Amino acid sequence: MTTALAPTLARAGRALRDNPLIALVLLLILLVAVLQALRPGIVNERWIGNTVKFAIPLAMLAACQTLTMLTGGIDLSAGTAATVSAFVVATQTPLLGPGAAIAVALLPAIAIGLVNGVGVGLTRVHPLIMTLATGLIATGCLQVYQRGVIASGSVVPAALEWLGTERGWGTDLPVMRFVPNALLLFLPLAALLLWAQRRTGFGRLLYAVGANEGAARLAGVRTWQVTLALYALSGLLAGLTGLVYVGLIKAPSLSLAEPLLLPAVAAAVIGGTSIFGGRGGYGGTIVGALILTVLGTLLTLLQMPEGARRILFGLIILAVTTLYLRLTDQG
Amino acid sequence: MSRLSRHAWTLSLLAGLLLLLLATKLIQPSFGASGLESLARAALPFAFATAAMAVVVIAGGIDLSVASMMAVCGVTAAVLMQAWGPAGTIPALLAVLALGLLMGAINGALIVLTRVPDIVVTLSMLFVWEGTALLILNAPGGAATPWLREVILGAVMASGPLSLLPWALVVLALVLAAIWLPLRRSRLGLAIYAVGSDATAAFRSGVAIGPTRVAAYALAGLLCAFGGLSLTLQTGIGEPIPGPYLLPAVAAVVLGGVSLTGGVGGLLGPILAVLILRTVRLDLTLLNVDPNVTTIIEGLIMASVVMLGGLIALRRRT
Repeated sequence: MTTALAPTLARAGRALRDNPLIALVLLLILLVAVLQALRPGIVNERWIGNTVKFAIPLAMLAACQTLTMLTGGIDLSAGTAATVSAFVVATQTPLLGPGAAIAVALLPAIAIGLVNGVGVGLTRVHPLIMTLATGLIATGCLQVYQRGVIASGSVVPAALEWLGTERGWGTDLPVMRFVPNALLLFLPLAALLLWAQRRTGFGRLLYAVGANEGAARLAGVRTWQVTLALYALSGLLAGLTGLVYVGLIKAPSLSLAEPLLLPAVAAAVIGGTSIFGGRGGYGGTIVGALILTVLGTLLTLLQMPEGARRILFGLIILAVTTLYLRLTDQG
Repeated sequence: MSRLSRHAWTLSLLAGLLLLLLATKLIQPSFGASGLESLARAALPFAFATAAMAVVVIAGGIDLSVASMMAVCGVTAAVLMQAWGPAGTIPALLAVLALGLLMGAINGALIVLTRVPDIVVTLSMLFVWEGTALLILNAPGGAATPWLREVILGAVMASGPLSLLPWALVVLALVLAAIWLPLRRSRLGLAIYAVGSDATAAFRSGVAIGPTRVAAYALAGLLCAFGGLSLTLQTGIGEPIPGPYLLPAVAAVVLGGVSLTGGVGGLLGPILAVLILRTVRLDLTLLNVDPNVTTIIEGLIMASVVMLGGLIALRRRT
């Protein structure tokens, strides 16, 4: 390394360390560039709109993981909670009408979150185990519930299909032609989460509990209240994800959102949220979800066998996480 | 702490299992050798997955890729046994076991080298091994050597006092005894417990942390290889899509008295927990309970046991 280059590189390194998001965005741009080089012309407004549309449910489910991971937890029941609310809304719509069905569908998701919160916050069960158990119980309940409503059939409310699938925000403006409607829900939600994590007491409590739970408790934080509220919120977010996702997939099933769970954990991890708590935030997670979605497209385009694609997917997650930890010196 | 109270949880698990088996006999008076056989057979892959998970958790880690590694070993076994014929069965077996050991060692080495948390590395490797299994065998196929299948499927003896004893259980006990008992007493076994209990303290007392963790993961890989073999021998073909073994394995490990923070517990408890969970499932099936309710009950057992354990631990601390 030449002497003239070294200070510049060091400065760039410091800049990256202070703003790890820059590195993530650069990686995202790099992936898009590779995609464009492989298949010239693929990157256009329509493609961007589609990518965003598919990234939104992933980013929403990853919000559950990000928030719980900030306190050193994890929410493995989020996939099930999303599936439950999606299935309930589709099966209750013929009975109750779309509006009431949407409200009813969010209740079980919040209930799952509350049970998680009681288990993790009050009886101090490891979050991994607690959310795993509630996920199992909820899956079982869903299957029993399915027996009961199988006769009434299932309808995905038109409003959810509009939200999950369609574009244009209900206008005919050419500018808005490829903007997915799901952004109408996601943009305020993301803004709220980003604001809440840094600017509100609750957000700071999450970091405090995650960084050092004992210290937070000694400082007068009732950690169980924080945990209870956090997991209930996570359940609600998972429920909302289910509503958007069933609008996108349009076919409710008993395992609808389960395949999103591990990629959601991966999105949060790639986005720089530490699985041990106290570090990270939702901004990185959103970029992480976009990276994973673009990566998925890229690997599909490469026309490799399915097996090779999964191998690359796993290796890239590992590589990105390793690089990120090195950059921010968390190793 | 006296020997009895140290093993109190394992003993109560054993008592619970015996009570459940008794209950099974009451529910279904014809429950006997063949029932026990199918129970043990169904529990075998779960038991190996749980043992693999238990070793890693004792070492202070967690391995989310157990089911995927089992899939890789299962398809490799099916492909090799078909290609090499009955004469090549033993080399095929050894090759599969070596493959499991290698995959586990790769997991461990990546964790040590990248310094990324275990759960993240093994989550990535879950995808990698899943892909590997699909590359080896794109659709279910291959074949298992018939005589080896007999070993897993039948009873030890057709009649006599040993006829109650299924081969699957004997195989499980032999494999675990051969691997775990010598290990637990050895320097490596102690190191695994030490690293899981407190890595810093272990390091300062001269334990090589990196190699110990790699060894623990390699051991888990080896146990996954046995799990994959048992799967292939049961079905007779290799199945590239990983089965639902990951989450039950975590559940059984915790129910079996292994602490997720590491350093506590053994293999006997988790194995007993697997057998208990499988027997509960069998009983509920015999009682004509909706299989979906069974899932709920399993989840409830798991949640209530760990929550109760948490409460007891809290009571003791204050």
